[in-house]
Amino acid sequence: MDYLYFPGCTLYTKAKNFDQTARNCSLLLGFELKELKNWTCCGATFPLATDNIMALLPPSRILATAREEGTALTTLCAICFNVIKRTNRLIQGDVEKRDKINNFIEKNYQGDLQVLHYLEILKKDIGFPQLKEKVKKPLAGLKAAAYYGCMLLRPFEEMEFDDKEKPALFEEFLEALGAKAIEFPYKIECCGSFQSVGSPDVATECAYKILGSAIKNGAEAMVSTCPMCTFNIDHKQSDIKQKYLDFNPIPVFYFTQLLGVAMGLDYQTLGFDQNAVDPIPLLKEKGLL
Amino acid sequence: MKIELTRQKVHNEFAKKVELISGQNLFACYQCGNCTAGCPVAFAMEIGPHEVIRYTLLGLEEETLGVNTYWLCASCLQCTSRCPKGIDIARVMDALRMVVLRKKERKDHIQIPEFPEGFLEKVPQIAFVSGFRKFLS
Ligand code: SF4
Ligand code: SF4
Repeated sequence: MDYLYFPGCTLYTKAKNFDQTARNCSLLLGFELKELKNWTCCGATFPLATDNIMALLPPSRILATAREEGTALTTLCAICFNVIKRTNRLIQGDVEKRDKINNFIEKNYQGDLQVLHYLEILKKDIGFPQLKEKVKKPLAGLKAAAYYGCMLLRPFEEMEFDDKEKPALFEEFLEALGAKAIEFPYKIECCGSFQSVGSPDVATECAYKILGSAIKNGAEAMVSTCPMCTFNIDHKQSDIKQKYLDFNPIPVFYFTQLLGVAMGLDYQTLGFDQNAVDPIPLLKEKGLL
Repeated sequence: MKIELTRQKVHNEFAKKVELISGQNLFACYQCGNCTAGCPVAFAMEIGPHEVIRYTLLGLEEETLGVNTYWLCASCLQCTSRCPKGIDIARVMDALRMVVLRKKERKDHIQIPEFPEGFLEKVPQIAFVSGFRKFLS
């Protein structure tokens, strides 16, 4: 089965390891990610000013093009998922804005496309029990922290991804791979997001709190669904280490990289060279490589 | 701070503008402080998001726009998700940014040429694209 797929800018460059592992794993699971033709950047932020129609145009154009090719659109990056899904909801519910947008992009899109996240496919279409059966190398003994961040979940009435305060889907996924998903209070806290550009020190502090909380609760690794989170909680660990000398860095995986390990993919195809904190020693220690 | 309350002050133009851009009813706020309590960047803010709402309602335009609070907001929607009065506070924070960024003369909050060397190569595109949207006129 094919799923129409929107990779987004970062998955083509700084997060190739996220994109590649997702594509490779899907083939092993019996489906294919078919890349949308002529996609553009989604804008990376859903406009919160109610009069900002301009920022709705890129995601609307993506949706309209996708509708010409199919009835559902799959995303991986949590930010793309958020921007595209929220725009879709707005087009469904706001006739006036829908008309304005359609006039502008010269399309006639009515909001009749389903916006999916890869994890939702794994849960609903494949099924976690079935996924568990397909695992070749269970991640036994690996204590991992499922880090949701903001964009997958909020606003929860629009994202309809999971519970707003106590989501569990991500943990269920990790348990299906055989890992131990640890609980920690910061799993739905913000990594600092684009403040890594506006006030980098503030973002570093946010990341430190999240990592510190996960480590205190026994995490040996973090698992992410978003290249922005990954930048803040993985690539900024060197800054954290400079400020907090007793901080011990831990690897941050994209969830598809761990899926790849569990599906028995050759580790050289998992793109660990793009991870800031090298995950290979941990995987070796756990006998997974 | 001592403020004299008048009918005019409470029905001020500044608050109306913020309400218009954000689409939120600021008068619904009963100052419970839930938004500030759950805000991940409150530690670095000069005043909390709930105070920003109060300041705006009182027409204290200069004081409101003068604090770092709305610039530091990461649009994480935690406050929005937890406000018992259904106010989308993240939209209010963005509206304040817009009030500044849409002024006639350019009022960029970040200066691209001042980024440290190598920074642009390191940071993912999504951070720049969203950051530029939030911080540039
Ligand atoms: S949570 Fe809502 S009601 Fe409470 S102070 Fe914040 S904005 Fe006001
Ligand atoms: S959206 Fe902004 S103000 Fe609200 S909790 Fe997040 S960072 Fe704080």
